[in-house]
Amino acid sequence: MESTAQQPSVTMISGPVVQARPAHKFSMNEMVEIGDERLVGEVIDLDEDLATIQVYEDTTGLRPGADVYAKELPLYVELGPGLMCEIFDGVQRPLEVLRGKRGDFIHRGKTGTALPRDRVWQFTPSVRPGATISPGEILGEVPESQLITHRIPVPPDVQGTLEHIVPKGDYILDDVIAVIRSSSDKIHELKLFHRWPVRKIRPYRERLVPSEPLITGQRVIDTFFPLARGGTAGIPGGFGTGKTVAQHQLSKWADADIIVYIGCGERGNEMTGVLVDLPKLLDPRTRRPLIERTILIANTSDMPVAAREASIYTGITIAEYYRDMGYDVALMADSTSRWAEALREISGRLEEMPAEEGFPAYLASRLAAFYERAGQVVSLAGKRGSVTLIGAVSPPGGDFSEPVTMHTKRFVQCFWALDKELASARYFPAINYLQSYSAYISAVEPWWTEKVGSTWKILREKTINILQEDSRLQNIVKLLGEEALPDDQKRIVEGARLLKNDFLQQSAFDPVDTYAGPEKQFLLLDVILHFIERLADVVKARIPLFRATELPVVAEIHKLKFTRRGDDPGPFKSVREQIDKEINALLHRQDSL
Amino acid sequence: MKGILEYIGIDRISGPLVVISGVKGVGFGEVVEIVPSDGRSRQGRILSISEDVAVVEVFEGTSGLAQPTTRVRFLGRPFEITVSKEEVLGRIFDGLGRPLDGGPVPFRGEKRNINGLPINPVARAYPQDFIQTGISAIDGMNTIVRGQKLPIFSGSGLPHNEFAAQIVRQARLLTEDEGFAVIFGAMGVCHDEAQTFRRSFEESGILKNVAMFLNLADDPTVERLMTPRIALTVAEYLAFEQGMHVLVILTDMTNYCEALREVATSKGEVPSRKGYPGYLYSDLASIYERAGHIIDRPGSITQIAILTMPDDDITHPIPDLTGYITEGQIVLDRSLAQRDIYPPINVLPSLSRLMSDGIGEGRTRKDHANLSSQIYAAYARARQVQRLASIIGEEDLSATDKLYLAFAREFHERFLQQGTDENRTIIQTLELGWELVTLLPEQELTRLKPEEIDQYGKI
Repeated sequence: MESTAQQPSVTMISGPVVQARPAHKFSMNEMVEIGDERLVGEVIDLDEDLATIQVYEDTTGLRPGADVYAKELPLYVELGPGLMCEIFDGVQRPLEVLRGKRGDFIHRGKTGTALPRDRVWQFTPSVRPGATISPGEILGEVPESQLITHRIPVPPDVQGTLEHIVPKGDYILDDVIAVIRSSSDKIHELKLFHRWPVRKIRPYRERLVPSEPLITGQRVIDTFFPLARGGTAGIPGGFGTGKTVAQHQLSKWADADIIVYIGCGERGNEMTGVLVDLPKLLDPRTRRPLIERTILIANTSDMPVAAREASIYTGITIAEYYRDMGYDVALMADSTSRWAEALREISGRLEEMPAEEGFPAYLASRLAAFYERAGQVVSLAGKRGSVTLIGAVSPPGGDFSEPVTMHTKRFVQCFWALDKELASARYFPAINYLQSYSAYISAVEPWWTEKVGSTWKILREKTINILQEDSRLQNIVKLLGEEALPDDQKRIVEGARLLKNDFLQQSAFDPVDTYAGPEKQFLLLDVILHFIERLADVVKARIPLFRATELPVVAEIHKLKFTRRGDDPGPFKSVREQIDKEINALLHRQDSL
Repeated sequence: MKGILEYIGIDRISGPLVVISGVKGVGFGEVVEIVPSDGRSRQGRILSISEDVAVVEVFEGTSGLAQPTTRVRFLGRPFEITVSKEEVLGRIFDGLGRPLDGGPVPFRGEKRNINGLPINPVARAYPQDFIQTGISAIDGMNTIVRGQKLPIFSGSGLPHNEFAAQIVRQARLLTEDEGFAVIFGAMGVCHDEAQTFRRSFEESGILKNVAMFLNLADDPTVERLMTPRIALTVAEYLAFEQGMHVLVILTDMTNYCEALREVATSKGEVPSRKGYPGYLYSDLASIYERAGHIIDRPGSITQIAILTMPDDDITHPIPDLTGYITEGQIVLDRSLAQRDIYPPINVLPSLSRLMSDGIGEGRTRKDHANLSSQIYAAYARARQVQRLASIIGEEDLSATDKLYLAFAREFHERFLQQGTDENRTIIQTLELGWELVTLLPEQELTRLKPEEIDQYGKI
């Protein structure tokens, strides 16, 4: 058995889990390559003389005795120019390049580097030789896409004196652009990119409390359950409740600088849908195609399960990297349940003792660690940036008491519960306004009252009161019918219906309605509430309510969300005036009778 | 190291699994031939392998195997089948791809690994070619497009087979000049059901374009794990190499999942929900995801999988996980079937995720999306009114609510209800939809634009 080289080799294979011997050749979480095809894997357990490896590719045909090569590095991603607008798989293989090299189907084995080595970048240095460089400091800039200037940082684990830096010019990724001598006289040759282990949080200088809203253009979210920059949100919902459409809407319209979208164990055609849509849609602020600010990670459900587990970390590490340059990054993970199931599958193959529903006991701590990587920070380079995390959850049977939803609820500040009943009436977004919550309301309130409208808080509260009152009345309506209600209660039900149809409901597929900026949200809500308030006058005058709900202005209110973008308050104002005119006329007619 | 290795003797037999020790030089997932003393060989696959022990699942079951005398041959290759257009279409095979029609074993074509390979997401073309099925509840409200995977969630005793057969007969996909094929994969269905399909293919004159893979109810359980993969391997070859539009019917996925559970239990794996293995989602995905369209390749695979929901429970792990993978679902409903409504589609939980891109101006008609949404909203409301009416009686309903009741009636009797050979065009379906929604007062039609009502609603 004992050979001099003692090349480690495979001893057992069971699906994506492989064991190898001798264990002392490996370290925990080290990356390895297996067999002639060099399948990529990661060491996840070391036990006496056996190393357990999870393999990110299909293991069919792999045999005991195959060589295992230790890479002496933990699972890492390459961080540098060339990430933007790209689509990677869960272990950062560029899918476009892969298609060019290997065809329409994904084959296994090594495929070259994550970032293109032949592309030329124009680098402009921003520091001078002799300067003292601290970890994470920015060395210079590269224009990466029309929207994004890539600020090249010193890796967070390097510091010292800048011995040399290249002048402004064109470079490829492998060129040495700077040389740093550390205090212990160690020489660091820096390139345009560096590697960073995906499971390690990128360090920052200071963490800030989220205070600004992340506007998503979705009325029910921004107005009722707002998300903050650097915040966390969970979207649970059974299948068909519109999780993915909601995630796509957020990735299209959220006013972040950069979007990282992780398709984790989801449908292949959905990723294709994103790839088809994003180049065609324009960012409402910059008027540039949305794809220019987007990085996609696609590990569809038919791709290897272990890479699904890694995809979440690959995505968040890239997000943190751009955060450190001073960008606001929003990361969508669709779906975290698939990631949790990948954990369960690997855990099952390791024959670990299961906790709830077969999930490993460390599920909660892994989820916590993931959401903890969100935040608004001052980076090592002194820039203010943020990572906002939005995780979709796919509870089995739509049951929110299952482990992944329950634990997610513990760690997120926003909870947007999707409702099956609303979805089956094609009421979208199917966010249940009674079950959902946001912990950022008081944090974002100053922003809204200052920038959008001073009565924001009052409008919001009035609306919520109407909706809550309505849900109480609905219990009666279910038993006795709407006719049984007195007119003042009918007004609430009627008002809530208007709010639901003309404000909360928003079509993702209508070119105007798909995005509603904060001004539009405020103006629209103001008009609707004004109408509901004026209905009180109608009730007081003992005029049957239907006379008011049949007024022509109601059709005008219906139309507002589809026809106006909110950049001009004029039309909203004139509908408001029309409300007063028609209701006054109604009251007047009654008086003269 | 390559080549065939033969061992004599089995160490342990447990359910469909056999354990063989002292095995060297065989790979994970490779095919095994097991030859008992009677000489009739069975096929199997390696489920896990360590330095000296191999665990093998035997597709045809282990009954009759004796420990000392059984010979085990490791073939050194994954499970492959030979596919060519000529030798596959118009034929009937068993669940492992062996001819049942007395014809020859296909040998001329290409050998393909039945596990297939994932399609690179960037190579996929987004499915958006409308398929007219002639069934209003589908075309109007849950439109199917080419390259979609849309399962039918049914219950035992519901007419899912007639319904699927009607889709196959009527789907516009099949009547165009372009090459088309139907691949039928049966897992654990009874003989009669398989015959129903065969007759239906025969009657519509498409039998020469059909390949059937039949694992019937009395065939070995574990064999079922291979059947859908073999069917899809053939489909992929026809679609992506031969440029044909392929419709794959898989029935019944519930039997498939139960076979998977049986194997997992024999292996002593940690179960998750209802005893199904934790990887049920990934395993189902490796089947359902094999549908679609590829850029610059003319063919496509559209998948309709049928599954019977145990106890009509849509939250059971099988329909639940399926719904998370497929692009929607068509749900059949027992109470509708009991009222003799055919097809008994409950539209509320039904959904086609790819609908929005397959309809509208230039594909169906520009009012399609809003009309469909309006019918949904009205029907959802009508169901609430029905519940209310059962409490307070129809008499006490408001005038509007009574109209909703009328809407529900018309919807069931005229829109949903159609004959098994009634083939409606999309325009007929949409016109019918307009007749229904215009039963309601105009201010109730909040999902429709006023100009749409002017153009289509005032007939």
